[in-house]
Amino acid sequence: MSLDLAIIGAGPAGMAAAVEAADLGLSVAVIDENPAPGGQVFRNLEAAAGDPALRGDFAAGLPLVRAFRASRIDYRPSTTLWHLDPEAGLLSVAAGGAATEIAAGRVLLATGAQERPVPIPGWTLPGVMTAGAAQTLLKTAGAVPAGRTVLAGQGPLLLLLAAQLIRAGVPPALLLETTPEGRLALAWNTASLLGGAPLLAKGLGLLAATRRIPRIRAAAGLRAEGDGRVERVLWDGGSAACDTLLLHEGVVPATHIPLAIGLAHDWDPVQRCWRPRVDDCGATSEARVAIAGDGAGIGGWEVAVASGRLAAVDAARRVGRLTAEGFARRADPLRASRRAKLALRPFLDALYAPPDWVLAPPDDATLVCRCEEVTAGQVRAAARLGATGPNQLKAYLRAGMGPCQGRLCGATLAALIAETRNTSLEAVGTLRPRAPYKPLTVAELAKG
Amino acid sequence: MQSDSFDAIVVGGGLVGAAIAWGLRRQGLSTVLLDEGDVAYRASRGNFGLVWVQSKGLGAPWYQRWTRASAGNWPELAAALGGATGTDVGLRQPGGVHLCLSDREMADRAARMSRMQAEAGNTGYEYRMIEAPELREMLPGLGPRVVGASWTPYDGHANPLRLLHALHADFAASGGVYAPNAKVEEGHAAPHDFSVFVGGRRFGAPRIVLAAGLGNAGLAPRFGLAAPVRPQRGQVLVTERAAELLSMPTTTVRQTQEGSLMMGDSMEEVGFDLRQSPDVMRQIADRAVLSFPWVGRLNILRAWSALRVMAPDGLPIYDQSARFPGAFTANCHSGVTLAGAHALLLAPMIAAGALDPMLDPFTAGRFDVRAAS
Amino acid sequence: MFAPRPERSATVEVFVDGAAVRVPAGASAAAAVLLAGAPLIRETPISGAPRLPYCMIGVCFDCLAEIDGIANRQACMVPVTAGMRVAPQRGARVAFPA
Repeated sequence: MSLDLAIIGAGPAGMAAAVEAADLGLSVAVIDENPAPGGQVFRNLEAAAGDPALRGDFAAGLPLVRAFRASRIDYRPSTTLWHLDPEAGLLSVAAGGAATEIAAGRVLLATGAQERPVPIPGWTLPGVMTAGAAQTLLKTAGAVPAGRTVLAGQGPLLLLLAAQLIRAGVPPALLLETTPEGRLALAWNTASLLGGAPLLAKGLGLLAATRRIPRIRAAAGLRAEGDGRVERVLWDGGSAACDTLLLHEGVVPATHIPLAIGLAHDWDPVQRCWRPRVDDCGATSEARVAIAGDGAGIGGWEVAVASGRLAAVDAARRVGRLTAEGFARRADPLRASRRAKLALRPFLDALYAPPDWVLAPPDDATLVCRCEEVTAGQVRAAARLGATGPNQLKAYLRAGMGPCQGRLCGATLAALIAETRNTSLEAVGTLRPRAPYKPLTVAELAKG
Repeated sequence: MQSDSFDAIVVGGGLVGAAIAWGLRRQGLSTVLLDEGDVAYRASRGNFGLVWVQSKGLGAPWYQRWTRASAGNWPELAAALGGATGTDVGLRQPGGVHLCLSDREMADRAARMSRMQAEAGNTGYEYRMIEAPELREMLPGLGPRVVGASWTPYDGHANPLRLLHALHADFAASGGVYAPNAKVEEGHAAPHDFSVFVGGRRFGAPRIVLAAGLGNAGLAPRFGLAAPVRPQRGQVLVTERAAELLSMPTTTVRQTQEGSLMMGDSMEEVGFDLRQSPDVMRQIADRAVLSFPWVGRLNILRAWSALRVMAPDGLPIYDQSARFPGAFTANCHSGVTLAGAHALLLAPMIAAGALDPMLDPFTAGRFDVRAAS
Repeated sequence: MFAPRPERSATVEVFVDGAAVRVPAGASAAAAVLLAGAPLIRETPISGAPRLPYCMIGVCFDCLAEIDGIANRQACMVPVTAGMRVAPQRGARVAFPA
């Protein structure tokens, strides 16, 4: 039996789409690799909403999670998608040691974002993590880093984490901001700040809340050092002792599955990342497949909710559950809401664009592929020999062949090739991921 | 227009072209190796990695001899590349087995091996059919369905990606010109005088070798040659690394240099369709678990499909053009197994300007019905 | 090294490399390893370098561990259960017990 809509991911976009679609009478399945709904932003929300360190936007997700739980949805947590046939609408999934298939008339990818890799020397040392990882620990376990914590990088999430750690009673020892000089003035010209006033106010609130943390501005040349674990962080012109180093250079769409199924992508020249090509309802270059939420371009959870609902309304229209008029009545306010929530985005994108040294680590000894332990110097040598893109490079060096399948190193490989061969990141292209998108055992596959 | 002259042009930077180009460079020829870009039909990035003799050439003893010769030349190739680049291309030739999962498979296999031996004549063909009890001593954790295997001492495996990298690296280090993003768009042929044009640049040479895999089908006629090759899809699964277990490769499961278990491979007539198919992946996993149940515990980290370069009879095609002497083709689906022969036997023939008569049966002329009648 | 906070009650006892540690329900096995103060969660199969979890959301695979006897599990994606045993993944796994 074929469902009307299969949704991958139970974050804000996936939950909102599921609730809306079920409400419109569509048969809906949601698969999610996490054990509870919420995605990254609302991770473990049902259990952790009362934690005072997380107060603010976190609890704002509760109504959505409750609506999701109350809807008539075939919700399958702890389930991974390992293959998707976009033409047939056939999902191959694995859960609890068994592989099964789900057929759907329409497929919505709501797989969100991931933090951009920050490949600095020493980033594989125990004690170096992403800022998002520390936030996940706070949400899921109420845990905070012990000892001296340094936050390094840039972006809203870094400031939010700093404020949360202060509230949790463990203020960071140092904030190393990597936003280059002059970026603010540049960003100022890009956006209508008026429309983004509420979000801007939030940001200014975060700046105020974190103002007592010692700050180094326009830090560059970061590296982590230590014997068996991180002991200090260094930057051009300084160093500081630390027990935990939390890195963050913003988030980018998780393009692994969209690339694997061959969707068209566009290069985002400001944020310097790829994003799947979608129309205003999330429809992609593949007829049955849509994308909603940060996976189609970073916008934050409120934008994700609006785009998830839009994708659901569009799915209902396509199966004849909504007339053109009914569709417009529902879609127009969603579009307006999304437009409003996106008003500040051009400013943030320009302000927090990643610097060159984050994309392409200058020090040849830096490990860029954490899985296969391939260095920037090896990548440069292979690019000089003749690897014009990340796929031939992967064949030469095994970079991107480990368990993460290039999710973490893919962008860095492309940037190093572009630098070495003196071409554009856009021209270099991307890794071409294949199934299984997440590992499954040989026995799980055989039994299916 | 920029124009560059060489002693030889090799079209195709996969394992076939790279091995030949490396061999030509070793013969002292100035050589350019023209390759496509990052995304292309690349069997060399998708193969299974066997250096395999025992199944090759039933009813075609010349192919068996050629394959045996390649396996015999492989150690010299591996040593030369290792010495020059410091890369261990992972050659191991401990012999290999083809597992049989039923009495019927075992009987069919025994008949095949016996015919192969008879066809080998004076060359000889050493093999054994090994029954399950003895086989269980050789390979750990065989499944209960395995009834036996055929074995020859000639078989082995290598790391195909390291081979590709080492061939490119040593070819370039020894003065060869490796040109990626150089898909040949136009060419001009005259006896011992060839030009190809790539992005407004001309490459000229008295010799040209077409080793462009599936691309040869379209290229060959322009140079007075024929290469009637078609794609045949194969899929492969690879697990995470495991501590070393398998002392020798089998035709469908092998443990790689890194420790991964590699499983394959399928033979699918689907044209130029590079998609993966969960059904075929499942069949591959099924057979692997029947062969070695413990493989079931391992996580599959990667899987892929790739297109073999198949002639109508499944054998390689080697030719020199009669109309335009100096133009050669090399086509095969065994770029790893035949790398030893291509680098150390075929390249010297091309450098000398004539294919050895031992390669006569590999001419594309064998597909010409009129010529054959 | 991570520390628990009294605002969240640690109700699930698990064993990290043999040592008992109590963590809140909803935490992952990777979080338990960090709360236990373990120096590493795995040693890479290539250089043997020590690693601890890096991304905590299932992207990086640096948290591979042996959980309840099963090798190479992505510890950040596995919720804790009472009595769970988490051990470091040291290099390449053993696939076939000798």
